[in-house]
Amino acid sequence: MTGDALAGQGLRLGYDGREVVRDLTVAIPRGVITAIVGPNACGKSTLLRGLARLLVPDAGRVLLDGRDIHAMPTRAVATRLGILPQHPIAPEGLTVTDLVGRGRHPHHGWLRRWGADDDRAVADAMRVTSTLDLAERPVDELSGGQRQRAWIAMALAQRTGVLLLDEPTTYLDVTHQVEVLDLLTDLNRTDGTTIVMVLHDLNLACRYADHLIALRDGEVVATGTPSDVVTRDLVADVFDLPSVVVPDPVSGTPLIVPIGRHHTEVLPGPPPTTALPVPELAEPRRESRSE
Amino acid sequence: MTAVLDERNAVRRVASVRRRGIRRGRTVGLVLAALASGLVLLELSLGSVTLPPDDVLAALFGTATPQAEYIVGEVRAPRALTGALAGAAFGLSGAIFQGLVRNPLASPDIIGITMGASAAAVVAIVVFGATGAPVSVSAFCGALGTATLIYVLAWRRGMSGYRLVLVGIAVAAVLSSVVSYLMTRAQVRDAQQALVWLTGSLTARTWTDVAPLAVAVVVLVPPAVLLASGLRPLQFGDDAATGLGVRVERHRLGLIVVAVALAAAATAAAGPVAFVAFVSAPIARALVNGNGPALVPAAFTGAVVLVGSDLVAQHVLELVGIVALPVGVVTGVLGAPYLLWLMSTTNRTGRA
Repeated sequence: MTGDALAGQGLRLGYDGREVVRDLTVAIPRGVITAIVGPNACGKSTLLRGLARLLVPDAGRVLLDGRDIHAMPTRAVATRLGILPQHPIAPEGLTVTDLVGRGRHPHHGWLRRWGADDDRAVADAMRVTSTLDLAERPVDELSGGQRQRAWIAMALAQRTGVLLLDEPTTYLDVTHQVEVLDLLTDLNRTDGTTIVMVLHDLNLACRYADHLIALRDGEVVATGTPSDVVTRDLVADVFDLPSVVVPDPVSGTPLIVPIGRHHTEVLPGPPPTTALPVPELAEPRRESRSE
Repeated sequence: MTAVLDERNAVRRVASVRRRGIRRGRTVGLVLAALASGLVLLELSLGSVTLPPDDVLAALFGTATPQAEYIVGEVRAPRALTGALAGAAFGLSGAIFQGLVRNPLASPDIIGITMGASAAAVVAIVVFGATGAPVSVSAFCGALGTATLIYVLAWRRGMSGYRLVLVGIAVAAVLSSVVSYLMTRAQVRDAQQALVWLTGSLTARTWTDVAPLAVAVVVLVPPAVLLASGLRPLQFGDDAATGLGVRVERHRLGLIVVAVALAAAATAAAGPVAFVAFVSAPIARALVNGNGPALVPAAFTGAVVLVGSDLVAQHVLELVGIVALPVGVVTGVLGAPYLLWLMSTTNRTGRA
């Protein structure tokens, strides 16, 4: 299919009349990883909830594959678009297999029973997320990283072309953050799943996203590939934060080094005697993403 | 090649875990159903005239002596069936509420729904001097009215389980003071009748108590089972449930209506028997090992708990010299320690 996977047009979103997002238009390109970034309370989760139809817009509309998402039966939407909310809750004692199995819910009608294709979808999702070895374990006894993989497996068992995730890496240590983001990248690269995620960590967003949407006060400040849009000025604009942007020594994507009140900028050039040398700064920028 | 093999093994493993869960659920359900039937048969045979099991069966198939048939058919069967059906309705209602709200405290006997039935019944008895069926009708309406009130009060941009529990407990407290006030104002004879009703009792039930309850159970169980498919995703929270294609508010309202009607029908028939709804679902969930809301096992557990408690109240306590008690006394003694335990562990671990 061509065109944007998901689009918001003139969206006004809020809670109880308190406007969080007003007149916002975004497009989520198909088959790539999009990260929504911005400071706290900028409306990034609200936007994601709006795109996922968890929030009904006060104005504007959300288009999924070109059709108004609120005009489609919610079950039909659920076969095309999956969502992993920020704090999903697993009932006590629920096994990982059962959790992942519930991802099949939208594919069942009132009467259609569980079938072999459901087992296959669940097994695939668990294989990809390396949760097969946890099959019999209760979800509430898993570690944070394992639990997040189990929830992602549930969303995968839903077999949707679009997957939205609200801060999938919160509460995870850095190892598990990278693990989850690698897993999402695998999904995107192998199945072409369109992934949209709200991310707190700007550097990880730059590294893992193909497309960045930067929000501030409910408005889009910039969109594009991280290398194109993330500059010192943008970081200052969006986060009110002075910083230095350098190429990530590992991925070549922009790496934001914040400057606080107690640390002054170390300019590239002859290193001052007191600071450690920063050889990466002198390296030419690698364009690993342009292939 | 190995990839294909891996894939097949994965599917096999997933299928086997799933089947094991289903098998366990079925086994637990069958065992509980057998246990409930056994207890009902026991209740049919025990009494001032103890009938051996073959006489009971003969009476059920209409081949016993007229005397045995009268004892089983007119005296004991209505009592046993009221117990079994009310227990099942309480158990199912509690399982739906607790599953929906994800809080073990959210059971119709804790959040004021049966208290609503009680208040209405006491009004009928004390103010209008009613007895029999009008008391039951009044109790049924009281439960529905209270549930509506709680739902409206707890509603703010959608339903939060925690708010439902808090509002429910507050409403229960208000209604309980209404009951107390009426009791202090009542004639002694009315007060005594009201008190027996309030404890929950299966004494002197007739087929006119059983029939409406049976109709309610037959009408309400199919929608409960159908709606249960949406209860599973709803337990993940509203957002995740919407993501899975569940129409959250509509589905939740449907489940609440079914659960309230079940609790109301059971209360109208047997009185607000304490804690049956509250304890049945956790017992059932523990037996099936936690997978899902376990609605059917919870219904059978409710029947086992209520009929079993009635047997204890009628016959076992006699052995230690205590005269027959209303069944609510026994379930209260069983349920209260569980409530205390739940409160203490909830406070300690912060889960609820």
